[in-house]
Formats: sequence, C-alpha cells, structure tokens
Amino acid sequence: MNATRAREYSPASVAPLPWGRWSLRAVALIWLGVMIALPLAVLFEHGLREGGVRFWAEITNPVALAAVRLTIFAAAVMTLINAVMGTLTAYVLTRYRFFGSRLFNSLIDLPFAIPTLVTGVMLVLLYGPQRTLGAWLEARGVQIIFARPGIVLALLFITYPFVIRTVQPVLMAIEREQEEAAWTLGASRWETFTKVILPMITPAIVSGSLLSFARALGEFGSIVVVAGNIPRSTLTAPVYVFGQIESQNQMGASAVSILLLALSFTLMLLVDWLQKRRGGEHGAG
Amino acid sequence: MARDSAGIESPPKARKRAESPRGLEWALVALAILYPAALMAGPLLAILWGALSSGFGAMARQLTSPEAATALKLTLLLSFAATALNTVFGLVVALVLTRDDFKGRRALNGLVDLPFAFSPVIAGFTLILLFGRNGWFMNLIDSLNLRVVFALPGMLMATTFISLPFVARAVAPVLRHVGQEQENVAYTMGAGYWRTFWSVTLPNIRWGLLYGVSLTFARAVGEFGAVLVVGGGVTRFTETATLYIYRSLDDRNEVGAYAMVLALAVISFCLLWLMEYARKHAQDE
Repeated sequence: MNATRAREYSPASVAPLPWGRWSLRAVALIWLGVMIALPLAVLFEHGLREGGVRFWAEITNPVALAAVRLTIFAAAVMTLINAVMGTLTAYVLTRYRFFGSRLFNSLIDLPFAIPTLVTGVMLVLLYGPQRTLGAWLEARGVQIIFARPGIVLALLFITYPFVIRTVQPVLMAIEREQEEAAWTLGASRWETFTKVILPMITPAIVSGSLLSFARALGEFGSIVVVAGNIPRSTLTAPVYVFGQIESQNQMGASAVSILLLALSFTLMLLVDWLQKRRGGEHGAG
Repeated sequence: MARDSAGIESPPKARKRAESPRGLEWALVALAILYPAALMAGPLLAILWGALSSGFGAMARQLTSPEAATALKLTLLLSFAATALNTVFGLVVALVLTRDDFKGRRALNGLVDLPFAFSPVIAGFTLILLFGRNGWFMNLIDSLNLRVVFALPGMLMATTFISLPFVARAVAPVLRHVGQEQENVAYTMGAGYWRTFWSVTLPNIRWGLLYGVSLTFARAVGEFGAVLVVGGGVTRFTETATLYIYRSLDDRNEVGAYAMVLALAVISFCLLWLMEYARKHAQDE
C-alpha cells in the first residue's frame, strides 16, 4: 500500500515555510465550524433550552413517538432487504461477466442521480390508487401508495447503491486463490461462500447497511409524496419535524430532530469504527 | 484503494478473472438484474409514459412559463454556487485531512460526515433557528439589513450544507493513495505551495475530484426538504425546480410536473454519465 510509504515523510519535512499549512488548516476549521458545528450547536441549545422535562415530553408525544417508531421500522425492513440483495448484486458484479454486465455496473449509481422527490412522484405514478397498476393491486387488497409498503419501496429505491458500492471493492480485493484453495480442499461453492468469503465481507455489508439505514432515517422528499402522512399511521419522523416547523412548534421540531440526529450519528460512528477495523488505514483521515 | 463512507468512493477496476456464469449461477445473475428492474424500471417507465402521453408541445409550453423558467434558473444558480463553494472548501478540507497533522484532526474528520446524518428538513430548520425570528443572529442580520431565511442566502447555505461532504470524501482517498512523494520532490526543487498544488497535486486527483463534483451537483439539483423549509417555496421567488414539481402536483398541473421532471432527468443522466466517466478514469490510474 502506498500509504505506508507516504507515512515515512512527515508533512513538514521538505515543504516550504509552514504558513501555507496553517492557513489551510484555519480555512478548513472555520468552514466546518460555521457550516456544521454552528447548526449542530443551535439545534441542541434550542432543544434543551427549556430543560429535560420539556424535551422528554416532546419526544414522548404519542404522534412523535409513533412517527419515530415507523421511521425506524421502515428503515429496518429496507436495510434487511438491502443487505441481502446488495451482497448478491456485488457478488454477481465482481465474479461474473455476462452480456450487459458493464452497462449494469454503470447503472448502479442511478438512484444517486435522481432527485428523491422525483423518485416519489414516479412511484405514485405507477402504484397510485388512480393508476392502472395501483387500481389493479387495490382491487386485490394491496395498497402501496399512502401506506407503509410505499415508504419501504421509496427507501429501497433511493438506497439501492449503498451496500453494493461498499461490498464491491472488498470482494475485488479478495484473492481468487483463497476461493480456489477452498474448492480444491473439497468445499462446495456454497461452503466457500459462507465459510471463506462471507466472513471477509461481513464488515463491509454491515457498514453499507448502516449507512443506508442512517440515510433512510432522514429521508423526506420521496416519503412526503408517497406516504400520505397520516399521523400515527404513515407519518414518518422527518415529515413530523416538517409539520412541527410549519405549525410553529419549534420545541417539538428540535426535540425530535435531536433524537433522529443522535440515532443516525451513532450509526455513522459505528460505521467509522467498523471501517477502521476493516481497513486500519481509514482512521488516518 | 478507496474505503470511505457513503458509497461515494470509486470501486477498483473489475477483475479480469471474472467468468461467465454456468448452470445455477445464472439464477443468481437473473435475481441481481430482476430485482432493480422490478424496483426501478416500472416507475421510470410510468413517468416516461405519462410525459409522452401529455405531448411535447404542452410540456414545452409549461416549461417556458415564467414560473417554471424561474424555478429552473434558480435551481441551476443554487447548484452551481453550492458546487463551487464545496469544490474549493472540500479540496481544502481533503488536503488538511490527508496532508496535515494536528490535535483534533480526527474530530474534524467526523465533522465532515455529519451532513450525511442530517435530514434535509433538520438542516433547513437549523438555519431558521440561526437566522429566523428569535434566532441567534437575528440582531446581526437585521442591523446589516440582510435577509437569510425565506431568501436566497439561506437557500444557498442549505444546499451547500446538504452536499458538503462529497468532494472531500471523494478526493481524500485519492490523495492518500497518491502519497506525498511527488509533492515533496516539487518542494525540494523550489516550487511553492501554489505551484505544487496546480502542477502536481491537482493533475493527480482530477478524476476523483470530478467524481466528487458531479455527486455534489446531483445532490444540489435534487435538494428538496432543506430548501422547502428555509425558502418557503414562494412562486417566482424562492421556488426551485423540485419545489415547482411539488406545487404542480398539488395544483393538479400534471403536465407541468412531468415537464420539470423530464428537465431534471436530462440533468440527472448527464451527471450519471459524468460520474461513470470520472469513475472509469479514476480506476485506470
């Protein structure tokens, strides 16, 4: 790895006078301080301004609680499907060459390029109750739009690339020889996968899944169109926060925001820790 | 090899040893293709069908209406401005994270990822808490006679915040991979920081940078929740393209919504192409 070689040089060893380094450092600190630390600080100050009791009352408000619970539930269902399908897709993309495989690989990032609001609009157009497919499904008792399946579908769409793009590089780095050794020793393909490959890619699967989970906790654009936003039924936490801002209940908005943020930030820290364990080098930057 | 979070790194080149699937392996391949096809192709076709059946003439009329044209212009203006800011400061942050060493650099590293954990709604909300009525800086911006909330500056800050990590996260792994040898050689030969950056560092990271820039732009164009909260979506004033789609659906102006979705789709596909182009080149180097 090049990084080990790069570490032999200390940054200041040959570089000219350090003022350039100091001013870069100052610019980075001020930029991140103003853009990120400041919003974070004002949110916490505002949410806890009136004390822990008020904060607790806001997050245990039944509608808020139901919204947070629904958000976590939908994100969890989506994450489970992503973990399985993402791993399978990454495996297929790295191990097999077939007609259209390169095109397939370039289309993986598509959900990153589509505005999530547009994703929501598309889902309503296909599955909405006044549409052909939607009406057909509804006649058979399946409601997707303005119901929970629509929320999960929207989340699956927008987080599709996460697990694939975290597992793929790890799969590529696994030496083919290790698999071949397992086969030669009499292991079946399935045994090779579960006993040799899976343990090596598990941290990547978990990181990708947690990232998609964190992303789903905050999703707004697609959900607001698809879910119908019925309190205690299809109202998710970000949409609840939006409603509280609109109705001037800033306390309620900031309390639930802090809860959501704490949740997703914990997950991000977990991802960082996992990646450090996996790569060792990630901690350097 | 890239191993940063959020799936925004470019995976290394596909292994040359990938093989054709045989027998049951075709079932895996079929599953990997049919899942995204079922998830995404339906909604994509639905919107294409809707757009085509409303006719290009009608859509063109909608798109050239003053409201739609202003919205599209505003989206492009915000996206270019946010991308420019994030490119410059993202480069500085990436350089500090990989080339500098000081106490607190680890914390800085965690701070960069924070916008990934923020729901867009919450991001917009923090700006209201900072600059809105009773906000921390209300007196300051009042005395300067500025408007931030429900005006362009707030929307630009929101868009910048939401797309902040992409450039830094795409460039940092490349900087680490390239190492400092060439830069140190340049310094030894008497080049200053500026010269070294332009003629050594930048050419080395250009494809990773392009990948990060296109992700930033895509995220900025598609932003909805944050600009809705902080801008209020006032027609012909703070209404962006995504907000225009949202309002058109509410007003049952489906043709207008389709027209804007198609306009955004064109931008999305250009960006997806740019991402793939950058990724392929990044892999080849």
